[in-house]
Amino acid sequence: MVYLTRKMEFSASHLYHNPAFSAEENRRVFGKCNNPHGHGHNYVLEVTVAGDPDPATGMVLDLKELKEILLREVSDRMDHRFLNYEVPELSGQIPTCENIATVIWQLLEPKITRGHLYRVRLYETPDLFVDCYGESNGASAHSGSAR
Amino acid sequence: MNLHLTRRYRFSASHRLHSAQLGEEENKRIYGKCNNPYGHGHNYVVEVAISGPVDRATGMIANLSDLDAFVEREVIEPFDHTYLNEEVAAFRESVPTTENLCIEIFNRLRHFPREFHRAKLERVRVEETGLNSFEFTGEPVGSSQ
Repeated sequence: MVYLTRKMEFSASHLYHNPAFSAEENRRVFGKCNNPHGHGHNYVLEVTVAGDPDPATGMVLDLKELKEILLREVSDRMDHRFLNYEVPELSGQIPTCENIATVIWQLLEPKITRGHLYRVRLYETPDLFVDCYGESNGASAHSGSAR
Repeated sequence: MNLHLTRRYRFSASHRLHSAQLGEEENKRIYGKCNNPYGHGHNYVVEVAISGPVDRATGMIANLSDLDAFVEREVIEPFDHTYLNEEVAAFRESVPTTENLCIEIFNRLRHFPREFHRAKLERVRVEETGLNSFEFTGEPVGSSQ
């Protein structure tokens, strides 16, 4: 099994606000992220696909194809958008790194037809990232085999 | 969904690699420059990875301000700008290599406070310099031997 990772960046704004909370509770729980005007990040996305290289091409999945999938599914939806209002897949959810990574997993997983989607890693800042492994426990299987 | 959230922290500290179980010559041979009796320092980077259910009301595994306060209290405050060998009790007994530092940090963070007690500590990764790093996932030490 080989793990192939492609990186992509997108920039977007968001805010954290739960309509079920009072204004004061929103400020307490979400702090600065509750600013009603929103704020933005340069998100860095790393998508890892696992599979065996095709003997004819030596590739798990053509990187061009993966790049096109990422542009279509993620960049076209999220780049230079206000995530709360412009991404229907996130509507009704707080657009935290956890929830955005999960949506990206759900968008990509059915589109990866060679190999399988192993991990979606989304950096909100260089000091904060979320790894999504779907419903599997692939994380422990991978680290086990890598050592 | 199986999600891991990772946060990076920094602290600066000095240490000296010297084992009381080894002679002077052997310490010098094994640890080289790191055996300098006056110690030396690093800018450490600590990555703390946690997993757990995402709270529907907040969209979060743990509120970062709670996680930051916990790591600050348990690790950054007691370690930052210290001489690890003398000022962190664990390193009076063991050599403050980054392997042992990883295990010590993991043990300090093992039990989460009430605010995010449903989350689980998955991994501690420590970069001693930009060129080397160590990870500990909590399995018993020596289990791979």
